[in-house]
Amino acid sequence: MGIRFDSVTVAYDGNVVLDSLDLTVGPGEVMALLGPSGSGKTTALRAVAGFVRPASGRVLLGGRDVTDLPPYRRGIGMVVQQYALFPHLRVDDNVAFGLKARRSPKVSRSGIRQRVAEALEMTGMAAYARRHPRELSGGQQQRVAIARALAIRPDVLLLDEPLSALDAQLRSGMLAELARLHRELPDVSMLYVTHDQVEALTLADRIAVMDKARLQACGTPRELYRAPANEFTASFVGNANLLPVTVGAGGVGFAGTELKVDTADAVAGARATLCVRPHLVGLGEGPNRLAGVVREIQWRGATHRLYVEVDGHAVMADVRELKDPPRHGDPVSLHFAPDDAVLLPAGMSHG
Amino acid sequence: MAEAVQNARAARGPVRPRGGGHGPDTVRRSRGALLWALPPVALLALFFLYPLALVVRQSFRPDSGGTSLQPYADVFASEAFRHALWTTVWLAGASTAGCLALGFALALVIAFVPFPGAKAVARFIDVYLSFPSFLITLALLFIYGTTGIVGSFQFLTTPWGVLLAEVTYFTPFVMRPLLAAFSQLDTAQLEAASSLGARAPRIVRQVILPEALPALAAGGSLVLVLCLNEFGIVLFTGAKGVTTLPMLVYGKAILESDYPGACVVAVVNVLISVGLYGLYRVVSRRAGA
Repeated sequence: MGIRFDSVTVAYDGNVVLDSLDLTVGPGEVMALLGPSGSGKTTALRAVAGFVRPASGRVLLGGRDVTDLPPYRRGIGMVVQQYALFPHLRVDDNVAFGLKARRSPKVSRSGIRQRVAEALEMTGMAAYARRHPRELSGGQQQRVAIARALAIRPDVLLLDEPLSALDAQLRSGMLAELARLHRELPDVSMLYVTHDQVEALTLADRIAVMDKARLQACGTPRELYRAPANEFTASFVGNANLLPVTVGAGGVGFAGTELKVDTADAVAGARATLCVRPHLVGLGEGPNRLAGVVREIQWRGATHRLYVEVDGHAVMADVRELKDPPRHGDPVSLHFAPDDAVLLPAGMSHG
Repeated sequence: MAEAVQNARAARGPVRPRGGGHGPDTVRRSRGALLWALPPVALLALFFLYPLALVVRQSFRPDSGGTSLQPYADVFASEAFRHALWTTVWLAGASTAGCLALGFALALVIAFVPFPGAKAVARFIDVYLSFPSFLITLALLFIYGTTGIVGSFQFLTTPWGVLLAEVTYFTPFVMRPLLAAFSQLDTAQLEAASSLGARAPRIVRQVILPEALPALAAGGSLVLVLCLNEFGIVLFTGAKGVTTLPMLVYGKAILESDYPGACVVAVVNVLISVGLYGLYRVVSRRAGA
């Protein structure tokens, strides 16, 4: 069952927090809503769940208009950052809550027990069925919350920053778990709200980038990463060097140097922004050479990150760990391949 | 698990160096603490324990002289006392039940039903707590009394009138802790419940009520004890047939000049209050609150 936002606008006291969002999540698709806090991504999710009423526009689930339906009649699974487990209920009763609340005549008492066991099995929490939530770690509580959401067999699963309360190591483990769950439940559409680009890139079939209450870009992770449409997308999906350039003939001018890049249909003489991913910038001589001075060097184990000042602009370069790294203040040369750079229209930045 | 161990360590951390300090230091510190505790304890003894002791002593001294259990035997044997005891207990119990039901319902509305002025109402409850209890009774008399606005209702001078007045006056005492508990409640839980398919009644019963139990117990036990000792409301309703223990104390001490008898009733009243409070502590500890 797919989700469709049909120019959904949400406003609190005349303050627009979601501005005519148009977005379609296909059946079985994982869509990440990626954006900084206050970008409207959580509001979009809450509009699907039924916790906020759009000021205008419609929300459709599988072709059915649910804009006016209360949350309890939407049949949606939801997982939130703080787990929101019922503290006085044991794990299995938490998971059974939704099944009991629906009192579907098709599911008998033993049926409920079986479905609870299934959901707990699926999230690897079967051994903890008789525990109270307070006796579990954060990661375990989140697994229970996921089991509780899946027990009602929803067609749509909403995840609101589900991993943000977990530490980094647990997070990557849970990310793999979520990917596995999605493979096991290929028909469940997921709307995944996050501010973490790694989560979005790892998990999502498509990413919707949001900022300032608006949808900025939507596409597959590869599209957004390789060919971002604007500066905000470029800087929020992955790291990016955004260099102010002037379009020339067959290239661009930056800091007095001619750089060969694909200018496509940009008008010569126009101002534009050149986006180059730091890991595609090399150290040493090469095409599109930039000369600068090392201002900062960070060793990150497998890589070194250099902050090189080129004519007053900081250029980041992530290079494989260096045996003999340059020192602070050393002059260095950087280079990048012409087809690794993307030219963006200038003046789109919201930063 | 690792988290728990860490927490335990963190908790133990600052204690260890202090524990390592030697005897004299600890002794000096505890002596200092004793010195600080002395004035409040002395004041408490002078103004609270001493009068209480006097009352207890008086209750063992019949007018005929000497020390005996005679006043207790006399009081327990009297029909008036047994009647007052029963009236006090059932009125307090019924009032508490009424306050809990009404207070829970009202607090739910104020906390979870968005309406303009909900904050003002919540603030008014704080003010209401400072009103004297007889004020409510007086207001009820104006409305339902023999020359009342609505008309003359005889029930005001019956135990039901006292019950009405006590529920009206004491309900905010239940609502105060409830509203505090509700404001602590994670709205994400309510939302999770509703997206799982639960409607409002089920959410109230299975999510809100269990979370509110400690607050209900706190408010309820407070109201129970206050109702047991309520004097103003009973006096102001002027209910002839309604004699509670505090009224009996008043009657015996002021009207009949039967001091030992009054003291006996007072001691019984104190024992009931303290006993119920102890019971509440035991129950609430069992419940893990």
